[in-house]
Amino acid sequence: MNQAVKKELMMGNEAIARGLIENGCRIATAYPGTPASEILSSIAAYQKRFDIDMHTQWAVNEKVALEIAYAGCQTGLRTAVAMKQVGLNVASDPLMSAAYMGTAGGFVVISADDPGPHSSQTEQDSRMMAMMAKIPVLDPDSPHQAREMVGMAYTLSEAFKTPVMLRPTTRVCHSRQDVRPGEISPLTGKPDFKKDPSRWAATPKFRYQLHLELEEKLSRMAEYPATAPVLHNPQAKGRRAVVASGVAAAYTAEALNDLGLGDRLPFYQVLQPFPLHTAFIRRLLTDYDDVLIVEETTGVIEMQLADRSRIQGKLSGVVPRVGELLPEKIMSLLADFTGLEIDLPALTQAPGRRPTLCAGCPHRASFFAIKKAAPRGIYTSDIGCYTLGLNLKAVDTVLCMGAAISQAAGFYHAYRYEEKRPDIVATIGDSTFFHAGVPALVDAVNQNVRFVLVILDNRTTAMTGSQPTPATGKSATGQTLVKVDMETLVKGCGVKFLEVGDPYDTNGFIATVKAAVAFSRSEGPAVVIARHPCIIDLARQGKATDPIEVMVTGDCDGCGFCLQHFECPALIAVDDGQRTAVDPLACNGCGVCLDICPKGAIIKKA
Amino acid sequence: MQSKSHYQIVISGVGGQGVLFITRLLAEAAIEKGLPVFTSETHGMAQRGGTVISHLKVGEFASPLISPGQADGLIALKAESLDQHGGYLKPGGWAAVNVPAPLTMPAAATPFYLDADRLAREMDNPRSVNLIMLGFTLSSAQRGGFGHGSLHCSLNDIEAVLENRLKGKTNRLQSSLRALKAGADSTTAT
Ligand code: SF4
Ligand code: SF4
Repeated sequence: MNQAVKKELMMGNEAIARGLIENGCRIATAYPGTPASEILSSIAAYQKRFDIDMHTQWAVNEKVALEIAYAGCQTGLRTAVAMKQVGLNVASDPLMSAAYMGTAGGFVVISADDPGPHSSQTEQDSRMMAMMAKIPVLDPDSPHQAREMVGMAYTLSEAFKTPVMLRPTTRVCHSRQDVRPGEISPLTGKPDFKKDPSRWAATPKFRYQLHLELEEKLSRMAEYPATAPVLHNPQAKGRRAVVASGVAAAYTAEALNDLGLGDRLPFYQVLQPFPLHTAFIRRLLTDYDDVLIVEETTGVIEMQLADRSRIQGKLSGVVPRVGELLPEKIMSLLADFTGLEIDLPALTQAPGRRPTLCAGCPHRASFFAIKKAAPRGIYTSDIGCYTLGLNLKAVDTVLCMGAAISQAAGFYHAYRYEEKRPDIVATIGDSTFFHAGVPALVDAVNQNVRFVLVILDNRTTAMTGSQPTPATGKSATGQTLVKVDMETLVKGCGVKFLEVGDPYDTNGFIATVKAAVAFSRSEGPAVVIARHPCIIDLARQGKATDPIEVMVTGDCDGCGFCLQHFECPALIAVDDGQRTAVDPLACNGCGVCLDICPKGAIIKKA
Repeated sequence: MQSKSHYQIVISGVGGQGVLFITRLLAEAAIEKGLPVFTSETHGMAQRGGTVISHLKVGEFASPLISPGQADGLIALKAESLDQHGGYLKPGGWAAVNVPAPLTMPAAATPFYLDADRLAREMDNPRSVNLIMLGFTLSSAQRGGFGHGSLHCSLNDIEAVLENRLKGKTNRLQSSLRALKAGADSTTAT
């Protein structure tokens, strides 16, 4: 019926958003994180475009996001929450409990994995988290299938009254495909919270009962026809088979074609890796002598097969356990599995370019100042663009969201009985501070941790594409919200030293950080808010300021100080390192380098 | 050699050069022609000046990634991409490279060189290297340089996609079309 609707080029994340909108999602929440960020921004765009009465929000963190969306489903509405895999760690507490309590309306938890990893701390497999929580998980192979699986997830969720996880990976989230949009069903149903304390507020006694129910649901889900594995080539007969899920199934389909195995090797695609369908497990073990299983990133399908004597996969050591399963890898696994000789060209391992803070990035100026103010300090940092302060040697540790502050505390306590204590400077972005930094700061104040916290306040969540923070006062759809004032929050935590400075004012800002360091040595925690908007975000909003044109004079002796300690990508070594020059294509005109060169060789163009 | 309905192209550069943008234009042109299309993009940390690569597959494919030795062509917005990503090219493939002077080609591919950085500077539009290279690629293909029918779309198709995408943003549209044309009017350095 909608054949008349034109196909659109949709990113996987947009396709997921489209699926949610088509299936009547009424509350959608998220915290940004690559590769999941565009899911919520696409929902917001659809919401505006079709004028849908729904609540779409960036939450302060993933735990809060999940709890809001979960409560929505407790009223009988369809809801969803989206995050990246490490975000699910943060949200795991409510998830585990929600699995026991179950749902009223459909509830989809989208957790995007990042095999590689391309932009994450770990390669963890969210499907393991689904397994631990005892909820079903669907594993799409493409944007097209991701959109379809949203509908499947809601039906499954409502059939079993359970949260359902949708687990796309980077290659689904960030690929684009021609997808035909489906119809947007009109919103029906009203919120209707039915009180049931023995479920919604269950005490341990009732939890036991809920756990029994959950186990019973799981065994029925392992028989649910709609999500059963699909045999793609029933014409293929033989005693060997390949099983794949997620994008690995897409690579497998292409590789079978290229290797001419499409009619010979039975190929099963698992849509629901957990719980694996019981009949399928039986079938694999009776119909085949050898089975190859390709999946990312852990052997989740594989580990549900009790008898693995005939299984080749991650647990058996045949399929690599680390890194992304690229198509060429799957091609060679299939060739080995079937005894084909193939000659696969490999990429030469030329070093890529390391990422760096943008030319003109205010973080670079902040880091420069921090190193001036506390040259031999310990620098704890956090998750965001500013992790790239690594290049400037101004970042010594990166653990997880919010840990800059708690690790600073840990370092302080570790050194506290030493005669000479190092200065400790923590850096954290504004969004990360709101996300998980606040409780750590409360703790640091309480314990009187002597450290400096520099909040790199660029007024946005830059790394993931400029999502608003609680201080922005803008919603995902651009509505005005109540601004949370960072200074009040910091003071409210009990911090006695608080200064706000502009890192572009190089010398002024160095003085501010120095004062903070001095305070932290003798008194207690000191906080500096380094406030300057992200230049990419400014440009996006058309608010970029007039560039300052800079040049390097003949006074430059090629000492390389600016390249090493400031590392602006627009400052480049020329004449075999004899001189530094400004690359006008890259320069953003921030003018910060004017104060950097010890020889005073960087000046304003006349 | 070229199967007419399958095109696999790698587009690479560094974060901020607009690799994603031209990938998208090429993909939208495919959709306009009713061709199935897949792209794969780099997002996140690498977008901050790191190496960025997109894969574009036009035709009946199931997955978004191109395997080494299978790409018909490579558009390299930085010369160094050639070393890094030349291995994607199949024998007889083509490479359109942004570089001041010709360099040695990996594999048995046909190179096309253009100093797009210089053109961008001359046009006083540093952010237009991507469109200059796209225009150059399209016109080189149209002149038959890549072998017959080696791209799924023409310069006109891309202009139409741009006009559609930048509707109402007259200034951006005009400067984008100018960059595209400047590239298209250039011929390869040898
Ligand atoms: S510009 Fe200044 S800091 Fe940079 S290399 Fe030249 S003299 Fe050294
Ligand atoms: S003005 Fe200096 S620091 Fe700023 S972007 Fe240009 S070269 Fe880099």
